[in-house]
Amino acid sequence: MRHRVAMTINGTQYEHEVEPRTLLVYYIREQAGLTGTHIGCDTSSCGACTVEMDGHSVKSCTVFAVQADGAQITTIEGLAVGSQLHPLQQAFWDEHGLQCGYCTPGMIMAAKQLLERNPKPTEQEIRLGIEGNLCRCTGYQNIVKAIETAARTMAAQAGKEVKAPAAVS
Amino acid sequence: MAISTLIGASIKRREDPELITGTGGFVDDLPQTGLVHMYVVRSTEPHARILGIDTARARQADGVLAVFTGKELASEFQSPLPVTVSFVPEKKYPPHYPIATDRVRYVGEPVAIVLAQSRAAAEDAAERLDIRYESLPPVVDMEKAIAPGAPVLHDELGSNLAYDVKRAGGDIEAAFRDADVRISQRIRQQRLIPVAVEPRGVVADYKPFANALTVWSSTQIPHFVKVWLAVILGIPESQVRVVAPDVGGGFGSKIRVYPEEVLAALASRKLGRRVKWIEDRSENMKATHHGRAQIWDVEVAARKDGTVLGVRATQYLDLGAYCSQFGTFQAIALLLIQGPYKLQAWDGRGIGVYTNKTPTDAYRGAGRPEATYIIERVMDLVAQATGVDPAAVRRKNFIRQEEQPFTSLMGLTYDSGDYSTTLDKALEMVSYQQLRKEQAEKRKQGKHVGIGLSTYLEICGLGPSVATTAAAGIGFWGMAVLNLHFTGKATLVIGSSPHGQGHETPFAQIVAETLGLPLEDIDVVHGDTAIGPMGMDTYGSRSASVDGTAVYLSAVKVREKARKIAAHLLEAAEEDVVYENGKAYVKGSPTKAVTIQEITGAAFQPHRLPAGMEGGLDETTFFNPPNFVWPFGAHIAVVEIDDETGRVQIQRYVAVDDCGTRLNPLIVDGQIHGGIAQGIGQALFEDGVYGEDGQLKTGTLVDYLIPTASDLPMFETESLVTPSPTNPLGVKGIGEAGTIASTAAVMNAVADALSPFGVKDIDMPASPQKLWHLMHKNGGSKR
Repeated sequence: MRHRVAMTINGTQYEHEVEPRTLLVYYIREQAGLTGTHIGCDTSSCGACTVEMDGHSVKSCTVFAVQADGAQITTIEGLAVGSQLHPLQQAFWDEHGLQCGYCTPGMIMAAKQLLERNPKPTEQEIRLGIEGNLCRCTGYQNIVKAIETAARTMAAQAGKEVKAPAAVS
Repeated sequence: MAISTLIGASIKRREDPELITGTGGFVDDLPQTGLVHMYVVRSTEPHARILGIDTARARQADGVLAVFTGKELASEFQSPLPVTVSFVPEKKYPPHYPIATDRVRYVGEPVAIVLAQSRAAAEDAAERLDIRYESLPPVVDMEKAIAPGAPVLHDELGSNLAYDVKRAGGDIEAAFRDADVRISQRIRQQRLIPVAVEPRGVVADYKPFANALTVWSSTQIPHFVKVWLAVILGIPESQVRVVAPDVGGGFGSKIRVYPEEVLAALASRKLGRRVKWIEDRSENMKATHHGRAQIWDVEVAARKDGTVLGVRATQYLDLGAYCSQFGTFQAIALLLIQGPYKLQAWDGRGIGVYTNKTPTDAYRGAGRPEATYIIERVMDLVAQATGVDPAAVRRKNFIRQEEQPFTSLMGLTYDSGDYSTTLDKALEMVSYQQLRKEQAEKRKQGKHVGIGLSTYLEICGLGPSVATTAAAGIGFWGMAVLNLHFTGKATLVIGSSPHGQGHETPFAQIVAETLGLPLEDIDVVHGDTAIGPMGMDTYGSRSASVDGTAVYLSAVKVREKARKIAAHLLEAAEEDVVYENGKAYVKGSPTKAVTIQEITGAAFQPHRLPAGMEGGLDETTFFNPPNFVWPFGAHIAVVEIDDETGRVQIQRYVAVDDCGTRLNPLIVDGQIHGGIAQGIGQALFEDGVYGEDGQLKTGTLVDYLIPTASDLPMFETESLVTPSPTNPLGVKGIGEAGTIASTAAVMNAVADALSPFGVKDIDMPASPQKLWHLMHKNGGSKR
């Protein structure tokens, strides 16, 4: 038995027939062809497959594609605007927040959610916030730094956006 | 050479933009069409005879193209999987083929493969296989495995003993005779599962008419995989190409030629189709090799002033079910126990044992963390027994600067270093004397605070070819090809095969510095056997010192040829021409210069070259270093153990490392961070556990715990620089140093915290449950 599902991923509408057991991560990788979202375990432990679904961070290996029917999904490929990197991507690069890069897309997506919930996290809040994402290369040190840096950048950008109308008036 | 702007600069990695935007290319991400998916059916029995495999129902399943059992494939293998000497030429080992035929020896061993139109179809069909086993008693415990009457894994060997060897130097009897203090301790170094976050994966494409095979594999060693696929499958090596695309971490776990690489290639040859196999995590935990898995019995002879006279030890190494490619590499620990200390004698015995478990092989550090763990525990045991401070014990025993180059009891020559310098720096960073006072205060308040030191010495930079051939069975060297294009751009092919280390950036820095080329004009390529000569790939912290040197020497050769061409263009004598910052000019006339781009253009126009000179500007170097390189350092962990939960909290972690010249400090620090985290994983969390029934009990990341962000502190790192005399750049290596140092630092701290309870040594991991029981064994806390 197959089910028809439709979802928006990074602003593009996708529609396919899937088996009921198809996991969202396989849908994203194989049907939508977006391979930036990775698979690192079978047990929802590693977080390499983290994406944003309807404003929440989810491990896409723990969501069936049919559950995402009608959802708005953002993956790592949806963060940069043209060649303009998202502040988190820029910060991961600047702070050497990745080595092999396999966990990085999921880590960045988890960090994005973290900063949306808590724009000025402490080091401990960052560490707890990304606890569900495993990295074997970095010891997390530069990931934590990158998230701190991105938080500052995003706060500064938000400040500019708020101030802009005032400057016009 | 002049170290100036680029070598030693913290330049951001050029590898990163693709990886942070999700456009990198790991094996599973490569765009592929017309794929057939392979599923590997694995033994669920630790030890059994295969009575039969009925494949009929599986073959009829939807989407299935073929099913092959081990018996059906056996005639295709022209050689077993490779096994290297790896420090134990005396060992006995059975041939190990990629797939079992009539007997299985560990849970996870391949017994059949299913080829289907999708991975799901292949997996569904695999459930329809009827495999009949006759169970045999599993051999799990190493000591029981070599006791008389134990069931034997490999009948042809007669027992489960792979080797029993001696590695000794100095007069051990005299050392014990002269000792005031004698200590005996059993020290376990548990089985670890490497857990690269990307599991392994292979895509194989065989073209029948050309008899040509291309394999993409998540491997650290594409060049070795190429050689062995050719040998095992009987395909001319010239017709085999292996590509390591983006590889998501290795840590030694992707250092061998694996059964699945051979099986995918063979399936492609049999079906005439492109075959893909992606390992899932449950497979990875049992199909990818494990590390460590050792028991050590240690005896120490010391004087009451803290001088360590001699160490006698036996290393029991659990090889698992077969001898893996570098399976006995961990026996290198028997050559390295001495560390940075001046012992009078070392008496080592190595015993290798087969058991019904996943084979063990290199895991980050491979033998060096083990050696360091033993000698660093010894230093603390001596400190505890004599009452001499652990820092003072180390100082008393250090080899002194003026004794370098020092020859160890095992005949190895250390290259350079004053080992007290990193210790002094680390002690200063933690304010050691003050810290000890605070520890005493906190103990009075009932808190369990511990301070742990680890002053490691590491061997890396494989490696002097003569020495490595004798010891490891392979002569290692570095390789680099630097090719300048007509327009002055450059392509650098390196023999190393990075999988997260970021070689592209520092190696481009070396070329840019040496030739004065803009950094962005140098493209660095690797991991494809079709693009250059044989390289020796990446493991053992070898790439910077050996391949990095090859890069440098190729750049120097290009520069020298460029200078000759410039002299001809400038109509000057060669010895009057100066080359600097990408330009050549006659001494005293820097304004009338020719640029490297102009020189390169001339290099491709033979009429503009000096008479007799060949065109082109490309140079290849095979660098065979005269010696190993020996990084060293001092790490200090400060821990507090919660009385109520037994949880260890690392309050401070200080690392002072001396890895010689640092090509790119940003990358060096990243390697140190990650290494420390992995060593802490062994100390506190990780444990590959088998039941007595031979089943892996920690087969998922729910049961096998690797450190998370909230388990770790910010590491405080500092570096000192003692250039290695072994290579012109003065570099050593840093890929494994953190792991080598940190396990001992943390466990010494835990033991120190629990010393008021009379604790001498704790089996790793120092889990909350274990520590709680140690603190509460008499029904309540010691205080």
